[in-house]
Amino acid sequence: MDFLNRDIVSIKDLTREDLDKVFGTARRMERDGYDRGLLRGKRVSLLFYEPSTRTRLSFQAAAQSLGADTIWFAGIEGTSVMKGETLKDTIETVSNYADAIVVRHPYDGAARWAAEITTRRAERGEKKVPVINGGDGRNEHPTQTMLDLYTMAQSQGRIGGLTIAMVGDLKYGRTVHSLAYALGMYGCRIRLVAPEQLQMPPHVLSYLASRGVECTLHTSIEEVIGEVDILYMTRIQKERFPDENEYNRVRGMYRVTRKMLQPAKPTMRVMHPLPRVDEVSVDVDDDPRSYYFKQAGNGVPIRAALLAMVLGGIS
Amino acid sequence: MNVQKNGTKKGMIVSPIENGTVIDHLPPGRAVRIARMLGLTEGAVVIIGQNLKSTKYGRKDLIKVENRFLTDEECSRIALFAPNATVNIIRDSELVEKRKVSIPDVVEGIAICSNANCITNKEPVPTRMVTVSRSPVVIACYYCGYEVKAEDLRLRG
Repeated sequence: MDFLNRDIVSIKDLTREDLDKVFGTARRMERDGYDRGLLRGKRVSLLFYEPSTRTRLSFQAAAQSLGADTIWFAGIEGTSVMKGETLKDTIETVSNYADAIVVRHPYDGAARWAAEITTRRAERGEKKVPVINGGDGRNEHPTQTMLDLYTMAQSQGRIGGLTIAMVGDLKYGRTVHSLAYALGMYGCRIRLVAPEQLQMPPHVLSYLASRGVECTLHTSIEEVIGEVDILYMTRIQKERFPDENEYNRVRGMYRVTRKMLQPAKPTMRVMHPLPRVDEVSVDVDDDPRSYYFKQAGNGVPIRAALLAMVLGGIS
Repeated sequence: MNVQKNGTKKGMIVSPIENGTVIDHLPPGRAVRIARMLGLTEGAVVIIGQNLKSTKYGRKDLIKVENRFLTDEECSRIALFAPNATVNIIRDSELVEKRKVSIPDVVEGIAICSNANCITNKEPVPTRMVTVSRSPVVIACYYCGYEVKAEDLRLRG
C-alpha cells in the first residue's frame, strides 16, 4: 500500500510488506546518508502531551536530517491544553500549520481519533495531514516497534524464526503490545515473562493465538534466558498504574545483571525501549550482548524513512 | 407451534397487541436492558416478560411494544445482546413479518468503551465499536482496541 499521506496509528494497520519497505528505505538512508533536500519545505509538528526523550528527539533529528522544519511542544505546560482545549481542537488547529503530525498522548486511542480528525478535514476539502502515533496511553507505539524489528534484523540477520522474550510490564506497556502484534507477522516464538497481574492483555494473547504464534507465559527470566535470541526488557511504568499499591507490589521484580547472562547464547541481544530504571543493571552495558543504546540510535533512520515515505519524499 | 395471529403463544400471561413489535427469545435478564437501549421505555406501551418458559431455550425474556416498528439497525443492536432473538412485526393483530437478527459490523454512539483510559471516556468523542468475533460475540473499541464480550458491553445512559 502507498505510504503517501498515510496515518501510522497501529502496527496492525501495516502488512509485513509495508514494514519491509520502511526497513529497506531506512537501510539505504543509513548506507547512503540523509538527503537534506528530500523534505525541504515540509513541516513536521511534534505534539508531545507526555514526557519523551528518544521518540521526540529522534523524530526531530530525522525530520531535520531530511531538510524538514519542525514545530513542537513537549508537555502541555504553556499550551491551551491547560485551558481545557480538546485534542480535536488542537489537531484542527495544528493541521493548518504542518504537513504531518506526530502525537504522543496519555489516552488510549488518541492517535486514531487524531487521524480521523485530519481525514474529516480532507473530506471537507482541506489538505490531508497524516498522523503518526508516537505512543497513545497504554495502547500502542508503532514506530518503536518498527525500530525494534529493524534492530532485531540488524543484530540477528533475520526476524522470522527468532525466539523473543518480553519481560516486565506487559499489561500497561504499549511498546510490547505493538511488538507482539508485529512479531505475529514474522513467525517468531514469544516468551512472555511477567507477574500474573502484569501479563499481556487477553486481546493481545487472542490475536497471537489467531495468528498461530507459539507463545508461552513465564514468571522468571531464568526460565527462558538460555533459549532466547532477544531479551526485550521493559520498565514497570509507575505512571500507568491506577493504584500505587499495585505498583509497589511489582516494582523491582525483574532485574537483569551481567551475571544472569551467563547461560545466554553469545549471539543473544538485550533490548529495551528505554528509559530504564533498575531493570537492566548498568554492568550489562559493557557486555557485548547489550544492544539497547544501538536500538535507540535506530530511531533516526526508521523515523526518517517513515517521514520521507508519508510526506512523499520517497514514493 | 401454537402461535396466534397476534404473535402470542397460547397460555401466555402477557396480553396480545394489535400493532407493534414482539421481540422474542431474549436471554433471561436482558429484556430491560434491551428495552432501554432501544429507547422503548420512554412513552410507548411496553410489556416486558422475564424468565418465561421457552421450549427452545428453557427460559427467555420477551418485549412487546405497541405502535413501534423496529428498523434493521435497531434489530442489529439487539443481536449484540441476544443473537438468537426474533423480531415479530404485528399489524392489525396479524403477524406480518418475522425477522432473525444479525450482529452488526459496527455500532456507533450507543455503547461505552470499558477501558477507562480510552479517549472516548476522557474527551467528547463519539464511541464506535467493531465486531471482532461473532461466536462468541466480541466487540472492540475502534479507537483503543479494547475488547469486551457482548454481554459485558456497557450502554450509554
